[in-house]
Amino acid sequence: MEQEEKHIIPYRTLIIVLGILITLTLISVLVTQISLGTLTVAIALLIAAVKSSFVLRIFMHLKFENRFLTSMVIAVILIISAVIFITLLDYIYR
Amino acid sequence: MNKTIEIHRDDEASKTGMWLFLFTEMLLFAGLFVVYTVYRFRNGTAFHLAAHELSVTVGTANTIILLISSATIAMSITAIQKNNKKLSLILLFITLTLGSLFLVNKYFEWGHHIKDHIYPGSSILALRGQGDVLFYGLYFFMTGLHALHIIVGMVFIGVIARLIIRNKIDSGNFVLLENSGLYWHLVDLIWIFLFPLFYLIT
Repeated sequence: MEQEEKHIIPYRTLIIVLGILITLTLISVLVTQISLGTLTVAIALLIAAVKSSFVLRIFMHLKFENRFLTSMVIAVILIISAVIFITLLDYIYR
Repeated sequence: MNKTIEIHRDDEASKTGMWLFLFTEMLLFAGLFVVYTVYRFRNGTAFHLAAHELSVTVGTANTIILLISSATIAMSITAIQKNNKKLSLILLFITLTLGSLFLVNKYFEWGHHIKDHIYPGSSILALRGQGDVLFYGLYFFMTGLHALHIIVGMVFIGVIARLIIRNKIDSGNFVLLENSGLYWHLVDLIWIFLFPLFYLIT
């Protein structure tokens, strides 16, 4: 209960993040136009993950939230990744 | 009387509640992503060919539209914190316009497919085989569910804009605006993954 004043994200930061996100989108479009086989999937998903971390941390304010909220979000993301990973293992090695 | 009435408000709890709801949304889409991945694994070639028929240009445009709308709603929160009610409303209005633009693009995109007899349950699509039926079934369901979230988000933002006009939300009490922002960003977040999976990875 010690800090009551709210953190304000400057407009500049938001516009810079938007610029980064659009650049990453264009990069992922360009990269996937070149056929790199399975690597394409990995690169596209990696870029999506980087983009979502920007959205989560800056736009969704998580970088400035308390540890309770951030650890909850991280836990949910880990659970989702684990579910997807285990399901895939099942399908690949069945 | 110098005593101000203290109304109990817990912004932290309000935001936590919103996040809990967002977690259920994440799990909903995560389930669909698992379905997509498994079917793609089983019907690699069909998914590969079917995905080529989606327009990368429209997909990219819609991605950028959603990213900009996410930035504008985030800026709207900054504006209300700086006590700039007018700018905050303008930014929300831009967000709503961009959301509608996304839906218009989606409408033409879907219309194009439906004109070509590609839609769930189409007998012409069924002739193309199981893989195509699965790909387009998932495409229509997942982008449709996402579009439904866009509509809900726009209604949410509309209600918030009304509250700002009526001064129920101001620089001292804007957690509702933050929550609508969180919802809108989640919708953007889901699209960030839908876009490469359906349009890019071919």
